[in-house]
Amino acid sequence: MVLAESGFSSPRNDAFPAGLRVLVVDDDPTWLKILEKMLKKCSYEVTTCCLAREALNLLRERKDGYDIVISDVNMPDMDGFKLLEHVGLEMDLPVIMMSVDGETSRVMKGVQHGACDYLLKPIRMKELRNIWQHVFRKKIHEVRDIESLEGFESIQMTRSGYDLFDDGHFLSGDDTTSGRKRKDADNKHDDRELSDPSSTKKARVVWTVDLHQKFVKAVNQIGFDKVGPKKILDLMNVPWLTRENVASHLQKYRLYLSRLQKESDIKNSFIGMKHSDLPSKDSTASFGPHKAMNMIPDDVPNGTYSFSASNSLAQNVDLKGQGDLKGITSAPVAEPKGALSIDIHDSHEANSTQMSFDHSLGSVDSAVSFASFNSTTPLQYPWTEIPEIQFKQECEPLHLENGFSQLPLPGPSMIENEANRSRIEVKPLLDESRSNFVEHLGPVGAEDLFPIQSKSQSLNNQVFDLISATKSSMKTQDVGLNYLADSEFALRNLNASGVGVPLATLSEDLQICWLQGDCYPMNYGLQDLECSTYDNPALMAETPFHLYDVLR
Amino acid sequence: MDLIQLQRQLVDYRTSLYHEGFLDEQFTQLQSLQDENNPDFVVEVVSLFFEDSERLLNELSKALEQQIIDFKRMDAQVHQLKGSSSSIGAHRVQKLCIVFRNYCEVHNVEGCLKCLQQVKHEYGIIKTKLESMFQLEQQILNAGGSIPV
Repeated sequence: MVLAESGFSSPRNDAFPAGLRVLVVDDDPTWLKILEKMLKKCSYEVTTCCLAREALNLLRERKDGYDIVISDVNMPDMDGFKLLEHVGLEMDLPVIMMSVDGETSRVMKGVQHGACDYLLKPIRMKELRNIWQHVFRKKIHEVRDIESLEGFESIQMTRSGYDLFDDGHFLSGDDTTSGRKRKDADNKHDDRELSDPSSTKKARVVWTVDLHQKFVKAVNQIGFDKVGPKKILDLMNVPWLTRENVASHLQKYRLYLSRLQKESDIKNSFIGMKHSDLPSKDSTASFGPHKAMNMIPDDVPNGTYSFSASNSLAQNVDLKGQGDLKGITSAPVAEPKGALSIDIHDSHEANSTQMSFDHSLGSVDSAVSFASFNSTTPLQYPWTEIPEIQFKQECEPLHLENGFSQLPLPGPSMIENEANRSRIEVKPLLDESRSNFVEHLGPVGAEDLFPIQSKSQSLNNQVFDLISATKSSMKTQDVGLNYLADSEFALRNLNASGVGVPLATLSEDLQICWLQGDCYPMNYGLQDLECSTYDNPALMAETPFHLYDVLR
Repeated sequence: MDLIQLQRQLVDYRTSLYHEGFLDEQFTQLQSLQDENNPDFVVEVVSLFFEDSERLLNELSKALEQQIIDFKRMDAQVHQLKGSSSSIGAHRVQKLCIVFRNYCEVHNVEGCLKCLQQVKHEYGIIKTKLESMFQLEQQILNAGGSIPV
């Protein structure tokens, strides 16, 4: 049952928070009625829904139609946490969880999955009156992130590409949520320079793969537990990088790691994912290219990755079965790093990139990467390690559903598993994205494309747009490669091109990886790339990470 | 009975429901939400609660009659009932649901059966009391008076 309070209109900024568009999801009809009434009394625009799936449909139909989502934790058709992740990933909206159960572990889970608040029933009016703060906070963070993430390289991107980034969509003419948000943010924060990149005076840090590798290396050298922005900065020895850049990247990284850890916990239960799947793919193909790529060398300290540190965050990292995760770790490592930037974005809920914590991709899937980390293997970057590792265990964690899981991308096997899980979601993307993806990459340039970051909502949206917008043209393959820079993708592509491994699997996998829920159209590129040549390892090596930052 | 008496009776009745723990402040919240736009808000919400609860109680009864009892499902249903009863402030029912869930968790069939009986009993009481209260309110309205807050 969906009862729309009124038409979908943009919130009236001047009367903010009145007119705040709230979507309430609860299977309890009594509560739904009460909440609707309460929210109306707060002068909010209320839409009610008693099924999670319905809610997602509504949200997808109108990406800009809502400002905030309030959902119960226990629902018959879909777990509230899962809905939370989806919303966080796809729409990047603040989500408030509700439950009559106030156990700390549940609340914790909510926060881990990205809830910006957790209300206990019975809910009082006064609690609902203040929900607008979450919307506002998110907007502020978005603005802040956009500004801080821009880097020199991005300025060099083609104008269109850049604009796409900023607006949160590639090549598509649609005004994605991120774009809208940006505009809103602009409205609200006129002092911020969010517009035309070329006019931006602030240097934007683009966390390229190389840069990220340096970062990770520094972190590992220092020791995750003792790490601090200043120390990292000193070790990295990158003159133009500021302490602030590092601090924000570190924050994201931490969030990412902890999310992964959580995912791995969850994944533990799924151990036994098929590692098998990708036999040929990973093994050879990936390796070849990787070497060429200049991926993070083996010197990335493994152990230090704090995955253990993350574990502490994650709480229950439960790597139990993860012995084999090794391989996985590598993969995710590479990926996550990039991803981290996205996710880890402000520890808060807001950013679109938030992949990390706020939108707990992790709830279920994200564990994967983490798991692998914990288990043992050194964090090598996927591309170096990939060959053997990963795929072992990874499979599980990778649930693409969570979005984060993708990060680890470690092995095709992982992806496959993921794919299996999220296959449903992924598929649609794949179809349209394939061709689109490739195309798009071309003009934009590999760097821009790092859709992988998709963690952030905007990113995802962008990617989608990107993908759908572009036509497949094989020539963009390299772009695709860049795209794939993420460890996994890279691997895949490499495999595909070099080895001739059927991309289908890869693409699926990739899809899965990236797809956290429904929004990662990762595959697209891959499939098309199949035939293309992956002769640009360099391309691959770039950007993925900076994409994250740029996006959000 | 004249209007004033009716109104006084209503107030007393309502107060006793709170004192005896049948209702808690959530019910007051509900009443505060009622306004000209929704003059029958409380009655509507309570009716929804009755419907939902009866459905859940039936399902719970059936579940406990099965050969193999699905405790997990029962736990989810009791949780729903708990949420539902919390929505209108049906305090006693809500408290019993907590006990009920504990029994579900440890798979104690006897405990569950007993709890179900108690919940049904309490539900019956609160339903009767609320219906009486609504009747009283209606009488007041019919007599041209307004419901005292």
